[in-house]
Amino acid sequence: MNDIIAPSTIALRPDFDAIAAWIKPGAKILDLGCGDGSLLRYLRDTRNVFGYGVEIDDGNLLKCFNNGINVIQNDLETGLSGFESDSFDYVILSQTLQAMRHTEGIIQEMLRVGKEGIVSFPNFGYWKNRMQVICGHMPVSQSLPYRWYDTPNIHLCTLGDFEELCRQCNARILERRVMNNNRPVHFLPNVMGTLAFYRFERKG
Amino acid sequence: MQDSTSVGIVTPQYVQIDKPLQLKSGASLDSYHLVYETYGRLNAARSNAVLICHALSGSHHVAGYYADNEKGIGWWDNMVGPGKPIDTNRFFVIGVNNLGGCHGSTGPASIDPQTGKHYGASFPIVTVEDWVEAQANLAEHLGIEQFAAVVGGSLGGMQAMQWTLDYPEKVRHALVVAAASKLTAQNIAFNDVARQAIMTDQEFYGGNFYAYDTLPRRGLRLARMLGHITYLSDDSMAAKFGRSLRKNELSFGFDVEFEIESYLRYQGDKFADLFDANSYLRMTKALDYFDPAAAYDGNLSAAFRTAKADFLIVSFTSDWRFSPERSREIVKALLDNELNVSYAEITSSHGHDSFLMETPHYHQLVRAYMENIAV
Repeated sequence: MNDIIAPSTIALRPDFDAIAAWIKPGAKILDLGCGDGSLLRYLRDTRNVFGYGVEIDDGNLLKCFNNGINVIQNDLETGLSGFESDSFDYVILSQTLQAMRHTEGIIQEMLRVGKEGIVSFPNFGYWKNRMQVICGHMPVSQSLPYRWYDTPNIHLCTLGDFEELCRQCNARILERRVMNNNRPVHFLPNVMGTLAFYRFERKG
Repeated sequence: MQDSTSVGIVTPQYVQIDKPLQLKSGASLDSYHLVYETYGRLNAARSNAVLICHALSGSHHVAGYYADNEKGIGWWDNMVGPGKPIDTNRFFVIGVNNLGGCHGSTGPASIDPQTGKHYGASFPIVTVEDWVEAQANLAEHLGIEQFAAVVGGSLGGMQAMQWTLDYPEKVRHALVVAAASKLTAQNIAFNDVARQAIMTDQEFYGGNFYAYDTLPRRGLRLARMLGHITYLSDDSMAAKFGRSLRKNELSFGFDVEFEIESYLRYQGDKFADLFDANSYLRMTKALDYFDPAAAYDGNLSAAFRTAKADFLIVSFTSDWRFSPERSREIVKALLDNELNVSYAEITSSHGHDSFLMETPHYHQLVRAYMENIAV
């Protein structure tokens, strides 16, 4: 690659840092729903990873090309049949889970293709979300910026919900990180956290 | 006014290669010549060369036009030129007519130096592997040790893939557009009907029609009409022609009535005047034979084990002759070998011919990919 690509300015994104902290240098990564490719590029630049993004949107695909990362245009809802089992160190699903139709299916596929899975999602159980529901409205916030009728988020969940799904999918949770306003949350995470990160592996 | 994104007037060049070429079929050619064109400038490091491989009916004339024929614009002029996706301000681009073709490289219509007559039926069957070897000889002649990229659509994409297998050190990037790692039975079937149309034409004379001063025009015309149908999509034909009639009423006869009939006949006639029937037979055979996985028990991933290039694979949603599924098979094999690969599935209604169209998103992607290639 040449030097046309400007130095990364996206290090300012704490959610990237949270994921990067879990990635061993030089690892092989699959980033599902990679968007414009900036997470993968960040991991390449900071953790020296090799990997591929998967993205369906044409506009994002072009941005991935501009970011100089490998990207495969594919619909995640159809699974990951183009990828061999156990062929990646980490399969990442960053803030995409809640917008997927086949939620359980993609977790199963992550467990098949990767040695470990990393998922991040907005915590619907955050107290301000709960308050908005009590007041009679679907929550709209920084981490859930859409209104109920225009949201792509069709499968929102709480920390508790996701952990139950992991049990159901035979996934062992290795690590959890919860954040609020870019700071780690330790006290009542399912109430105080806005963004959740999980690292997990296949049981047995 | 001069178009600033055209390479402008171009001149074909010839190279005579006297090194014998051992062909995959077992036959050999003691010597042959290739016609080629170049656009842009080879840099001092000789690191900016891009080879464009042509498909079934293409040629070395990729971009620009000739001084005596301004309308004869190169077949991929919308892709190659100054400021275009394959930018001749940065890259030294080469187009070459393949061996067995009919645009100036040695082919069935050439004179066999041993007999003083046209090769005709005696011209050997050539394969994608043979073409790549001939192209490698051209690269040597031009002093190019490594291509920044080898690019091709359809049959041209097959050559780009073959380059990465035969000369892994000589290709940094391969752009494989609307291609397949092998033809399906349906695809081979279409090719055989085309060949039968040519070979059963009474004017074909077993391939030696040159001696009879005639052409199997009828057969070649049918072959092209059939091919053309398969390169378009049902939707694009419906949109372009629908059921439109040339006259406003049915004539209850067998003359040209529907616009699509008129269009296909025109395309067939045009092609029959320009293309050599023996070349057409050989080009379709090269398509049929291409199957790099065959030597590896059908395992394409094993076939790509030696490849080192970075890849861009592109397919088009409405291309049913070289469908996205075929491209995904290539992607899978590249992923299995942990090669750098990006894959784009372009939404287009133009069928297989989409790869020649100036679809903005498609061109933006190729441009972005090419811009990331260091020279």
